[in-house]
Amino acid sequence: MSDMAIRVRSAPTLGARRTPGSLGDKLFAALCTVAGLFVLLTLGGIIVTLFLGGLPAFLHFGLDFLVSTRWDPVEGREEFGAFISVFGTVVTSILAIIFAVPVAFGIAYFLTELAPLWVRRPLGIAVELLAAVPSIIYGMWGLFVLVPFVQMHIQLRFGEALGEIPYVGFLFASNSFAGTSIFSASLVLAIMILPFIAATMRDVFEQVPAVYKESAYGLGATRWEVMTGVVIPYTRVSLVGGIMLGLGRALGETMAVTFVIGNANRMPSSIFDPSTTIASVIAMEFPESLAGSLQQSALFAIGFLLFVISFLVLATSRWLLRPRLK
Amino acid sequence: MSQTDSQAKTPATQPAAAPEGTGFGGMQARSAAAINAVSRISVRNLDFYYGDNRALKGINLDLPERQVTGMIGPSGCGKSTLLRVLNRMYSLYPGQRAEGEVLMDGQNIIAPNVDLNDLRSKVGMVFQKPTPFPMTIYDNIAFGVRLHEKLSKSQMDERVEWALSRAAIWDEVKDRLHTSAMGLSGGQQQRLCIARTIAVRPEVILFDEPTSALDPISTLKIEELIDELKRDFTICIVTHNMQQAARCADQVAFFYLGELIEVAPAAQMFTAPREQKTQEYITGRFG
Repeated sequence: MSDMAIRVRSAPTLGARRTPGSLGDKLFAALCTVAGLFVLLTLGGIIVTLFLGGLPAFLHFGLDFLVSTRWDPVEGREEFGAFISVFGTVVTSILAIIFAVPVAFGIAYFLTELAPLWVRRPLGIAVELLAAVPSIIYGMWGLFVLVPFVQMHIQLRFGEALGEIPYVGFLFASNSFAGTSIFSASLVLAIMILPFIAATMRDVFEQVPAVYKESAYGLGATRWEVMTGVVIPYTRVSLVGGIMLGLGRALGETMAVTFVIGNANRMPSSIFDPSTTIASVIAMEFPESLAGSLQQSALFAIGFLLFVISFLVLATSRWLLRPRLK
Repeated sequence: MSQTDSQAKTPATQPAAAPEGTGFGGMQARSAAAINAVSRISVRNLDFYYGDNRALKGINLDLPERQVTGMIGPSGCGKSTLLRVLNRMYSLYPGQRAEGEVLMDGQNIIAPNVDLNDLRSKVGMVFQKPTPFPMTIYDNIAFGVRLHEKLSKSQMDERVEWALSRAAIWDEVKDRLHTSAMGLSGGQQQRLCIARTIAVRPEVILFDEPTSALDPISTLKIEELIDELKRDFTICIVTHNMQQAARCADQVAFFYLGELIEVAPAAQMFTAPREQKTQEYITGRFG
């Protein structure tokens, strides 16, 4: 190569310049732009439809709609308030998070730190498959297996054992013995969101550079001390983000909850009382509501509220999980 | 343990050192005139395996007490692997195992029944990249101490100040102990990590290329610090920088392809190595 300067050869002949087909280029760009805009259009359309549909109810009841616990679709004395369904939605979701997070943490910790290498992949895939089970299957399983189990084995014992505790005992003592309850719904929800939280936690734990963990081990820390002292502080924000992601899914879940929550528009005083959620109210009542009726408008309105709640939760999780410059 | 105890256990195996002051690359060696005959850690016939891959072959090495052992050699020669044997870091990873003996206080520390947390509190480690934990400067130091000792607030304050002073960073951080350690510069972070390690009061400190991610000024500070620390601690440092080995180490060990080729006092190693391979490596003919 050193004698390149001496043996100058003429460059090979150029071919005719291809002009890129400008029509195809523009068409492709236009199609992709339309596809992109379609997302915004759909989202915007849904929000507007929900809001306009719910507007009569909002106007009719005003702020009372948010705090009223009455839900009476009987013609002539219609009165609608969103409080119970909003309350049921939020409480079942939060309880589901409380049930799911410790187990998800265990799964994630086992998968990243404890499991032998040959177990990690199959178990990781199994966790992801859990997310692929259709929600109607969870609903059926919940109604035919979980609800009777709660009814027979959990509800009574909890009521007897914990009902006497001052101040909080009432949470466990219920007069409803159907088994369909906030507790059952939360349990089903917990199982449904478990794979999402576990998978996020696993990914987050894997992001911690090995050298940080080794630094802590190097000081003589146990696995638990490394986890609580280094890994969790290091991933704190992402962990919360993952939990919020699970919360977002729990808020909107419809079928499985409708099967096991009892669908009673009653203010629950105990976790073993039946109640209802926004999604299940809509699923139950929408087919029988008359077009243009106040009932339908109220259903649109609570749908809008659900949308707002889910949006806030997901936006928060997105924000917490945003990639950060390290 | 007292000096006489360990003296009785491990007789001197190192050759006598050449006179101090012999230079390498224009650098004055700061090393001691003689290698301490008392061995803090003695490696005997050590083999190490990553799965089926034998990474260390029949290593015999003594780390003289309160002196610096430098470990040099091309990448993949096994020097970092040896370091990770000395505090059993390899035990975190399935498939890695060591055979042979590593004696410390008369105990074989690679035996399965060793209390790893206790061992690691006695054999501290500083890594290539600074690894401050995502917490305050104070908590970074206190983290390790709390693992092993119950101290009152004032005792802990005292310990933190002692460790930070010992790591020559106290003056730079004393006014912001309760701010995040992530805000420190790279060199400061590394000294913080050294402070965190000595706060646990180990007997041995392992340095795994502690300055390879740092600028020359920070490097100089760390080297001076290592020189200072050897009054109290037995030190082992892995480095790719021959000048650094010459500046810091009292004794230098040269590794090649998993074998310990030569171990000698620093001055002798860099002026009159016995082995051809050592000669070739330190003059830069391969590596």
